[in-house]
Amino acid sequence: MATTHSRVAARFMLSPAVLLLLAWMIVPLSMTIYFSFLRYNLLNPAIDAWAGWSNYEYFLTDPAFFAALTNTLLLVGGVLLITIIGGTLLALLLDQPIWGQGIVRILVLAPFFVMPTVSALVWKNMFMNPVNGLFAHAAKALGLQPFDFLAHAPLFSIILIVAWQWLPFAALILLTALQSMDQEQMDASEMDGAGPFSRFFYLVLPHLSRAITVVVLIQTIFLLSIFAEILVTTNGGPGYASTNITYLVYAQSLLQFDVGGGSAGGIIAVILANIVAIFLMRMIGKNLEA
Amino acid sequence: MARSISRRRQVVVTLLAWAIGLAIFFPILWTILTSFKTEAEAIASPPSLFMFDWTLENYGEVQERSNYFRHFSNSVIISLGSTLLGLLIAIPAAWSMAFVPAKRTKDILMWMLSTKMLPPVGVLIPIYLLFRDTGLLDTRTGLVIVLTLVNLPIIIWMLFTYFREIPGEILEASRMDGAQLWDEIIYVLTPMAIPGIASTLLLNVILAWNEAFWTLNLTAAKAAPLTAFIASYSSPEGLFYAKLSAASTMAIAPILILGWFSQKQLVRGLTFGAVK
Repeated sequence: MATTHSRVAARFMLSPAVLLLLAWMIVPLSMTIYFSFLRYNLLNPAIDAWAGWSNYEYFLTDPAFFAALTNTLLLVGGVLLITIIGGTLLALLLDQPIWGQGIVRILVLAPFFVMPTVSALVWKNMFMNPVNGLFAHAAKALGLQPFDFLAHAPLFSIILIVAWQWLPFAALILLTALQSMDQEQMDASEMDGAGPFSRFFYLVLPHLSRAITVVVLIQTIFLLSIFAEILVTTNGGPGYASTNITYLVYAQSLLQFDVGGGSAGGIIAVILANIVAIFLMRMIGKNLEA
Repeated sequence: MARSISRRRQVVVTLLAWAIGLAIFFPILWTILTSFKTEAEAIASPPSLFMFDWTLENYGEVQERSNYFRHFSNSVIISLGSTLLGLLIAIPAAWSMAFVPAKRTKDILMWMLSTKMLPPVGVLIPIYLLFRDTGLLDTRTGLVIVLTLVNLPIIIWMLFTYFREIPGEILEASRMDGAQLWDEIIYVLTPMAIPGIASTLLLNVILAWNEAFWTLNLTAAKAAPLTAFIASYSSPEGLFYAKLSAASTMAIAPILILGWFSQKQLVRGLTFGAVK
């Protein structure tokens, strides 16, 4: 239907966005790939020799990498587990007739809008601090020994903080999906004598499966890159106990100034994220046709 | 009989929902309350919820000691600047893809989305070095550029899903009436597109305000927005709970308010239209 004139105009209007994103993707990424094959340290810029695969070898055989990979998987998996199960329960609850539903929704949603550095520091200092934190006060009140969360269970504590930030996201999206359920179908199944559990497993869960997949994929993309929460709470420690891959690459490149090794780590992070991204893109692509 | 059961059920469900809602909101409430306490009361054991001498001194002190408003205005300029620049680039692009779709439109959209999935550490070093060599490190301009590019795919996608819902027949009708391309854009499309543009703006200001990878890595003292400023409290200074709380409350309050307006758009924006 469109005329040649409008087609040319359309291409003209699209090109700035395409060119910018193309540049954003290709220029720095190819630089990272190039650096990853160099022996290049900012503290000693005189040496920048070709290093072959040695940066990758160094990064992949470093015990820190294995720890960081495990931590990344635990962090992503733990947060997903908490937010998906909690989010589903919360969505089911908020979908009921409640007095003041709008206000409860706002309360539940609020953590999502708190910037990562604020939520991490508030949890670290005002809740998990073993001397003055609220949890310590509560433990003392019960006659228990206060627990130093970030020293003895750093990764678990970070999982809790991040889950608190992402639970609202999962709950909101699952609630939106729930609200598009066919109410007549629910009523009919209830009349046919289906109990709440069989209704949940045979009607609600299949209806939610798509939204759950979307939540899993989108959260995974963001959770793979968790950084600020680790930086302000534990700095990746003690040792490497709470270092994830993103933090390890940051430490390698901007704290140890090892551009070559950091770049190799960056490329490995890109490859890991791509595996997730492929699945997510398929989901969204299908929706585009519908 | 059925009525009274459902009534009782509603009471139980309401109580449960409020209890859980308040529990989830509690850390934020606690931060706001602590910001009005003195440092001594902030760490008092047992802590008191409301019964303390309310004071505003922390807010004054945070400003005095660290020039809070410079960081606040950095946040405003960076988040608003990157969003407006992004809209400027994205509106024509989304418009053309929604109304003059070509064979490859879907591929282009998917490719744009894929750039968003590039983990930031993958490009941290080159961006850092490029910024260092061009003097963009620790400048608001530099951050505006990076955040524009980081959020551009989301902006384009959100606008696209909104524009796609504007019926194409209206355009054809106006074309039959002899409207030119620019008339079409100004008189026909713009009024219909404004709600979509407004919610895109809202969501992206929120995302840019809270962005905490690039803002932490590319700024030092000068251009640091609130995310980076608050991070400086991770040092022992964070043990001044009342001041930490005052700084945090001021950092999250504007976005909490904006966020509550954007609830509906949030789902669609963050799922790229996959859940509506």
